[in-house]
Amino acid sequence: MRLEYFQMIDRVLAVGPESLTAEATVPERSPVFEGHFPGHPLVPGVLLVETMAQASGYLLLARCNFDRMPFLAGVREAKLRSFVGPGTVLTVEASLVHDGSGYAVTAGRISAGGKRICDAELTLRTLPFPAPELEAAMRAQAERIGLTGAA
Amino acid sequence: MASAFDRIADIIAETSDVPRDKITPDSHVIEDLGIDSLDFLDIVFAIDKAFGIKVPVEAWTQEVNAGDAPAEQYFVMKNLAARIEELVAAKAAGG
Repeated sequence: MRLEYFQMIDRVLAVGPESLTAEATVPERSPVFEGHFPGHPLVPGVLLVETMAQASGYLLLARCNFDRMPFLAGVREAKLRSFVGPGTVLTVEASLVHDGSGYAVTAGRISAGGKRICDAELTLRTLPFPAPELEAAMRAQAERIGLTGAA
Repeated sequence: MASAFDRIADIIAETSDVPRDKITPDSHVIEDLGIDSLDFLDIVFAIDKAFGIKVPVEAWTQEVNAGDAPAEQYFVMKNLAARIEELVAAKAAGG
C-alpha cells in the first residue's frame, strides 16, 4: 500500500467473473501515521473503505475489460471492526452484488490473519473513461498488481 | 399483489426522505419529488432487486439528453411504472 498515493492494492491473488481477492500490506512508515495518530499509528477507516472500493473497482474493470471507469458513489453498512497498524498484511475481497445499468453494487471485506477487519456494501458508478490518460494509468496499475488480462 | 406504481412509490419513500403520501401517479421523480441522481441510483437498485430486472436507466438518460424522448416518458411516476411493467413482461417473455 502507498497510502499517500491512494494505491491501496498491492497484488491481485484471484479474480473471477463475480469476485476478486487481493493482498495489501500496510507500510511500516507513512506520513499518514504522523497525524493518525501520533504515537499510535492506525490506518484511517476511510482508507480501509477506499481499499474495499479499489478492489471493487478492479473487479468491475476486469468484468468490462477496461471499457468503463468505476467511481465510488455510495457506501452502506460500513463496519470498521478492528484497528489496523503498520506492517499488517490485509486480504481484500470484493464480490458482485448487482450489475446495473451504469452502476454496480459490490460487497467489500477486509481480513487479516483470518480476523475480520471491516466490511461494507459499495455502489460504484461506471462511466466511459473521461480521459485517455486515466485509462492508460488504470491499465498500467492493473498490470502492476497482476490483474489478469488487464494489459 | 400491489401495483407497480405502489411498489415503486414504496421504494422511493423507503429509499429517500420523500413522504409516501406525496408520491402520486403524476409526480415527476426529479422535478416534483426532488430525487437527485445518487438517490435515483439507490432507487433503481431497489427496483432492479424487487422486480428482478435491469432498468436501462443509462439508455433512458441518453434518449432524453439527445432529445429522442421527453423526460416525462421515463420520470413521471405513472410512466415509470408502465416502463417497469414492460420490462417485467419482456423478461417473462424471455426478451
